[in-house]
Amino acid sequence: MLAMRHISKVFRTDLIETHALRDFSLGVDAGEFVAVTGPSGSGKTTFLNVAGLLETFDTGAYLLDGVDISGLSDDERSRLRNEKIGFIFQSFNLIPDLDIFDNVDVPLRYRRMPAAERRQRIDSALDIVGLKSRAHHLPSQLSGGQQQRVAIARAIAGDPKFLLADEPTGNLDSLMARQVMDLLEQINEMGTTIVLVTHDPELARRAQRNVQVVDGQISDYRPFAAQAAPAMAGALA
Amino acid sequence: MLGYYVKLAARSLRRNPGITSLMVLAIALGISVCVMMLTVYHGMSSNPIWWKNDRLYAVTLDSWDVQEPADDEHPDLPPWQLTYNDAAAVAASTIPLHQVRMVKTTAVLVPEDVAAGAQPERVMLRVTSADFFTMFDTPFLYGGGWQAAADAGPEPVIVLSREMNEKFFAGENSVGRILRWNDRAFRVTGVLDDWHPSPKFYDLNNGGFDDPEDAYVPFGWIAALELRSMGNTNCWKPESRNSYADFLNSECVWIQSWVELPDAAARASMQAFLDAYVADQRKAGRFARPDNNRLTPVDQWLADNRVVRDDNRLLVALAFAFLAVCLLNTVGLLLAKFLGNASVTGIRRALGASRRQVFLQHLTEAGLLAAAGALGGLVLAALGLLGLRALYATGSAGFRNIMHVDGWSLVMTVMLAVFAALAAGLYPAWRVGRLAPAVYLKTQ
Repeated sequence: MLAMRHISKVFRTDLIETHALRDFSLGVDAGEFVAVTGPSGSGKTTFLNVAGLLETFDTGAYLLDGVDISGLSDDERSRLRNEKIGFIFQSFNLIPDLDIFDNVDVPLRYRRMPAAERRQRIDSALDIVGLKSRAHHLPSQLSGGQQQRVAIARAIAGDPKFLLADEPTGNLDSLMARQVMDLLEQINEMGTTIVLVTHDPELARRAQRNVQVVDGQISDYRPFAAQAAPAMAGALA
Repeated sequence: MLGYYVKLAARSLRRNPGITSLMVLAIALGISVCVMMLTVYHGMSSNPIWWKNDRLYAVTLDSWDVQEPADDEHPDLPPWQLTYNDAAAVAASTIPLHQVRMVKTTAVLVPEDVAAGAQPERVMLRVTSADFFTMFDTPFLYGGGWQAAADAGPEPVIVLSREMNEKFFAGENSVGRILRWNDRAFRVTGVLDDWHPSPKFYDLNNGGFDDPEDAYVPFGWIAALELRSMGNTNCWKPESRNSYADFLNSECVWIQSWVELPDAAARASMQAFLDAYVADQRKAGRFARPDNNRLTPVDQWLADNRVVRDDNRLLVALAFAFLAVCLLNTVGLLLAKFLGNASVTGIRRALGASRRQVFLQHLTEAGLLAAAGALGGLVLAALGLLGLRALYATGSAGFRNIMHVDGWSLVMTVMLAVFAALAAGLYPAWRVGRLAPAVYLKTQ
């Protein structure tokens, strides 16, 4: 599903060069639930942004669901992000002046889906997270846990193959955090690949695999899945 | 997606009513001033008989003094009127389909039946040829013009303007009724409908926005009644002008001459005719200046006579400068607004919006803003033009008539709105589209 090899990312200012990722390699198979942990400043967020096609990388190769990312235009990256990736953020990142229904609708709009299909997908996603009855509430009218469930509904409404969750329980109390993690596990059981970025070892333990990022490098590198290897070889050639 | 963008734009504009109002007001003010100035400029510079631009020609001949041109500022131009005899010579040509020679004068007309309540009126009178009405496509409310034979007679016939018919005959069909002028009974042959060509292209004496005349009589009455022009009479030659006959035979220019030539061949023939006439006159000691015999179409005629003055152009330029200032302010406000909302843009980018889609979404918002500004601008422009009309209430109708919102103003408003949307929205929309989403997601 996700295959990164020898990825490097450097942030430059006039005076400083910061190597956020260096020789970073990671493979995640389809259907896996992987937790990425590491201390602050280790490069977790940069990894998440690169994996989510929100940032470009300087060197290396990245295949997402068999598609070589390097060389894609902004339009192509956006389309790929829209169709294959769902995001869940620590601070929920709901759009405050859109109601719940319209928030979940956002990624579907950019996919130019017909209205009837959008409505059906939104209803279904809100049903999964238990918030169908709150469809026309504004985010400010919901609790933190409910807002994060809306964000999960938005992430899964487009039926992505790959969910990227960045500290999804960081702003929640323990009960709500447990509910959100239960929901993520449930989604993973439905076949969606999940990469969870967290600094919380308790949460990381609930993933099937735990990888540690230190100084922009991953210490636990697992070889790529067999089906990704030929494409990766081509990308690196 | 356009519908979605419009929905988002409307929501965004409603979210900050204060800043939205400020931007709409800035665009409205800029557009209103531009629409006002452009409407006036367009009215002044338009050709009121454009459909005959390739048929109607003002005839001018350079009979002026060899020592100096008729117009020091434009020495290339001949005098813009003809001598009486030159006008008569042009009128003798059979090449034009129609032709007129004419002059504006004044008269006191007395209704025959004074007892009915109508009073004598001092009127502006055009002494002209029978073809005037056909050539210049004047609309008739009642009756029509006179026959060509009436010009030579001259026959005591008269055509009234609609306004004058209201005064003398309470707006009734007055064809066949009598008005007295200089103790002669003039029979009404026709009444014009509303006709206010603006500019008054056929006679630019006393300004291009003078009202048309109140009444029209055959050209022959000039000599018969020894009439003088109420427009300009320009003379350069020291010569005896003790009698009216002397005046008619003088080098003074005071007659306007127009011809209608149906095609290029007729124009070439007419030009040859003029050149031959001037060559012939030169043998008699006239036309000492180089050949400058012109057949000038209406567009060029208006330009040559500087109907639109430089200060009108300057006003238009200033109006656009004002619009630019308004738009610059709007650019700043839009940029601040878009960047202030960058975190939401970051979310949209993360959820799959491309740079292009973000750009188009924000450009749509600028477009909606410009549309609202244009609507406001149109209302302000209409009010401004009403104000100008009130300011010129005692001036000529021709000038007042151009000061109103018309189809052309609407087209200009739409074009200015598109321009405003692009000018105000392009840069902010482009900037917000270039934002790195990852950076702004953190700030949410």
